[in-house]
Amino acid sequence: MQGIPGPPRLSRLSVLSNGLRAYGLIAMMWIRSTMAYRASFVMTALGNFVATGFDFIAIILMFQHVNALGGYSLAEIAFLYGATGASFGLADLVMGSMNRLGRRVRDGTLDTLLVRPVPVLAQVAADRFALRRLGRITQGMLVFGYGVLVLNIDWTLLRVLMVPMMVLSGAAIFSALYVAGAAFQFWAQDASEVQNSFTYGGNTLLQYPPTLFAKDLVRGVTFVVPLAFINWLPALYVLGRPYPLDVPQWLAFLPPVVAAVCCWLASLAWRAGLRSYRSTGS
Amino acid sequence: MRLYVAVAAGGFRRYATYRMATAAGVFTNTVFGFIMAYTYIALWDERPQLGGYDLSQALTYVWLGQALLMTCAMMGGGFEDELMERIRTGDIAIDLYRPADLQLWWMAGDLGRAAFHLVGRGMVPMMLGGLAFDLALPLSPLTWIAFVVSVALGVVVSFAVRFLVALSAFWLMDGAGVMQICWLAGMFFSGMLLPLNLFPGALGEVARALPWSSLLQVPADVLLGKYTGWGLVRAYAFQGGWALALLAAGRALQSVATRRVVVQGG
Repeated sequence: MQGIPGPPRLSRLSVLSNGLRAYGLIAMMWIRSTMAYRASFVMTALGNFVATGFDFIAIILMFQHVNALGGYSLAEIAFLYGATGASFGLADLVMGSMNRLGRRVRDGTLDTLLVRPVPVLAQVAADRFALRRLGRITQGMLVFGYGVLVLNIDWTLLRVLMVPMMVLSGAAIFSALYVAGAAFQFWAQDASEVQNSFTYGGNTLLQYPPTLFAKDLVRGVTFVVPLAFINWLPALYVLGRPYPLDVPQWLAFLPPVVAAVCCWLASLAWRAGLRSYRSTGS
Repeated sequence: MRLYVAVAAGGFRRYATYRMATAAGVFTNTVFGFIMAYTYIALWDERPQLGGYDLSQALTYVWLGQALLMTCAMMGGGFEDELMERIRTGDIAIDLYRPADLQLWWMAGDLGRAAFHLVGRGMVPMMLGGLAFDLALPLSPLTWIAFVVSVALGVVVSFAVRFLVALSAFWLMDGAGVMQICWLAGMFFSGMLLPLNLFPGALGEVARALPWSSLLQVPADVLLGKYTGWGLVRAYAFQGGWALALLAAGRALQSVATRRVVVQGG
């Protein structure tokens, strides 16, 4: 930490680059294998796009009956929806395969990954890398674009910078949730759905304005599982809306810090989980 | 007949084995139930009596959706993965030698699965929802019986659709794309995202006439007491008609497909 490039630090860096390289290679392999069934790839990518679009269509259908939901217009909800959709889409593309860890623990195939000289996290994350998940990102971006075009946002430099910061930090927070959830599966083995409630559930929650939900729930996702930093806090700043809780406004600028802390905690959980792993067949 | 009862019981037991997965699923259904319940409250706050439901009926609809999501396999997740895999690898040839009917065999297993999911993943979220919100649950046991019959018909319709989808693997080899389109349709047209009577105009009419409305919209309306007497008979006829038509289509496709089976190697 003192700036001396000692051996431990160097090796940590090489572990990271080694991991990234392995991730890239495994992902490329899966992309090539996906392309063997090209028709199926096109259908699943399109399906991914439409699937994620359906919940926005449901919101549009709601707005056939009302003009505002929780005091928010359709365009404002599109802004919230698109922001979390893009973040979640990115995390899902990069880390979505972590869901399968429980299965690997159960059937013992995790052992094969442990003996390879490549970080296990990179192997698990890149396993069955699914390019079709680009559909989700595209859909989130389109809805976001719609929101931005329709809304009259008072753009300042700060607000403009806020948008990429929000999407990238959000993706990092969602990724941390994926890793933490996978670490939990070392113990729980077949509880990937718990992870889904935080990732998919969090994404669904953040699509709607916080004014809809009970105060305690909003407090929970602000201070306990910090989902609110993915889009609610920064997005409401951009939209010029007050946050329903009495919190200082600078919290809206914290997502990168929150994301870093989340990733650090997730890495601790991951290492603890991996250490506690006992193979099957005992 | 006894064979298929045994297969159904096996289907039930098979899913009952995964206790941790069931607990995790209950957790997920509850989380989604809460999120949707709050959005519905906001919606019905603006427009009371939307779609002919009052708020507590709308909230009941939300929790029913969570309870039936796995039971009627609205997002897939039943036997179809396995059947497709057997078709792809050629193991299907062994199934065809068995002295059991392919379609009935898989349907029995799927009914067992559905029965487990109704109990295992339906009841607990429903009770938790009932504790947190004011639900419009019927008192008459007859309504509950009528509801269970409607759910059973819904499961058969769902099975018949997924069986057709699984058989497509005979032609496509990799059926992931078709499967995804199937669960998308299931998700949207069952009324899982929004009750079908909130769908506007022609879209609503088409959605209510499609088989997927048997999966959630019809059973929910039965439980909410929207169908009584002849109305109930008509609702059953709608579900039963789709079930028969789709099962017959599955049977026809099955006989075409099995003629295509080429067993490789020796």
